[in-house]
Amino acid sequence: MSTAAQTPLHGQPDLQAALHGRRFDAVVIGGSAGGVDAMAALLPVLPVGWTLPVFCILHVPADRDSRLAELFNDRLPLPVREAVDKETIVPGTVYFAGSGYHLSVENDFTFSLSCEPPVHFARPAIDVLMESAAEAYGAGLAGILLTGANQDGADGMAHIRACGGFTVVQEPGSAQVPTMPLAAIHRHDPDLILPLAGIAALLPMLENVKS
Amino acid sequence: MSKPPSDTDIELRMLVEAVYLKYNYDFRDYTGASQKRRVLAAMKSMNCDTVSNLQAKVMHDAGAFSQLLQFLTIPVTEMFRDPEYYLAIRQQVVPFLKTYPSLKIWVAGCSTGEEVYSLAILLHEEGLLERSLIYATDINPESLDAARRGVMPLERMRLYTENYQRAGGTRAFSDYYTAAYGGALFERALVENVTFADHSLATDSVFAETHFISCSNVMIYFNRRLQNRVLGLFHESLCHRGFLGLGSKESIDFSSYAERFEPLARRERLFRKVGA
Repeated sequence: MSTAAQTPLHGQPDLQAALHGRRFDAVVIGGSAGGVDAMAALLPVLPVGWTLPVFCILHVPADRDSRLAELFNDRLPLPVREAVDKETIVPGTVYFAGSGYHLSVENDFTFSLSCEPPVHFARPAIDVLMESAAEAYGAGLAGILLTGANQDGADGMAHIRACGGFTVVQEPGSAQVPTMPLAAIHRHDPDLILPLAGIAALLPMLENVKS
Repeated sequence: MSKPPSDTDIELRMLVEAVYLKYNYDFRDYTGASQKRRVLAAMKSMNCDTVSNLQAKVMHDAGAFSQLLQFLTIPVTEMFRDPEYYLAIRQQVVPFLKTYPSLKIWVAGCSTGEEVYSLAILLHEEGLLERSLIYATDINPESLDAARRGVMPLERMRLYTENYQRAGGTRAFSDYYTAAYGGALFERALVENVTFADHSLATDSVFAETHFISCSNVMIYFNRRLQNRVLGLFHESLCHRGFLGLGSKESIDFSSYAERFEPLARRERLFRKVGA
């Protein structure tokens, strides 16, 4: 009955096993209520020289500009920007979805914005970003879903999995608001369910996985 | 890293090609992800289990095409959406517009008219509406009909009133509409000088010289090639030093016209045609 085995450090061999044979081209991370804090704990683990693009999406109010990209740009050693319509995705860059528009990844690895109706009351919606990124990257996409108070992201995570990608859900008990992780776990069978510290241990490993 | 196209992607390309050949609506240069979502929504609503079935239906039934068109175009908008945009027009474009004895304004991709009525109210309050001719164009005949009617959902009025006030509105917003036909019917005088017309940014050419073009949240649905075509049309239509307004997240940086417009209000995406 060792509790030490449950700490993130000792969990790492399992993470390696879970990632065996995987090779990723991009990471998408979604969250809602409590998500800013969770991302503030998570994103700083990305090391200097990190090469994958990371797409971050939080539910932000539609009627004012999001300052998330600025906020995180000051905290990370990597370039952090708000995703711009028709922009070509640059490796090693962390992108945030801006307010008031859905963000999609196109098959030619550019971004596009749209004003389609909100999904689960959200625009930008996590489902929209994850589903489009899954279509573009297929098995090369890793999806991470964090704390949140609604169902958005569940369909997106399921679609990532259906396209051959890898999904990680924050362990609901460790989430500030468990609704979103619970909905995703209910909707599909994720590759991993981890507390935030576990996701923080996993994230840097996504880049160097070998087949 | 790039994947071969999925069956659905292949079918989508065939669908837009068929629509173009049969009905002369050109969706071939629309961006993929949002168009795919809208076609999938149309499939569901029209009881087709594949895009190919949807294509067959649309090919042989013009009524089915007009149903599909309601999905392919994006009639989701609101009055004074992005109030800062209208405030910037009021503060930074109107003073120039006031120097012209008569004005021609083009609302490109006017959808169901929210942007047209918003601009008409702004121009009215600035004393410009009476000497303005506004062209409001769209490819969707049903949207144009709705725009002509000018009846908006009553339950939206609270949001629109807030937007209007943030946009620098100087009156009571309720002065502009009356409750009628189960909605808010906007003053006919607002659109007396508006010409609603069918015009495609993808296939049609310039029809008038204009002083100001407003086209928000239309070009985001176009790929770079089509965005470039549209900016070319706008450049051709605008008079010397004319004004162009785009949606708050739209960029002309990737276009070959980037150098031919100068930013007037960067955040609000207001541009001015660079002199020759």
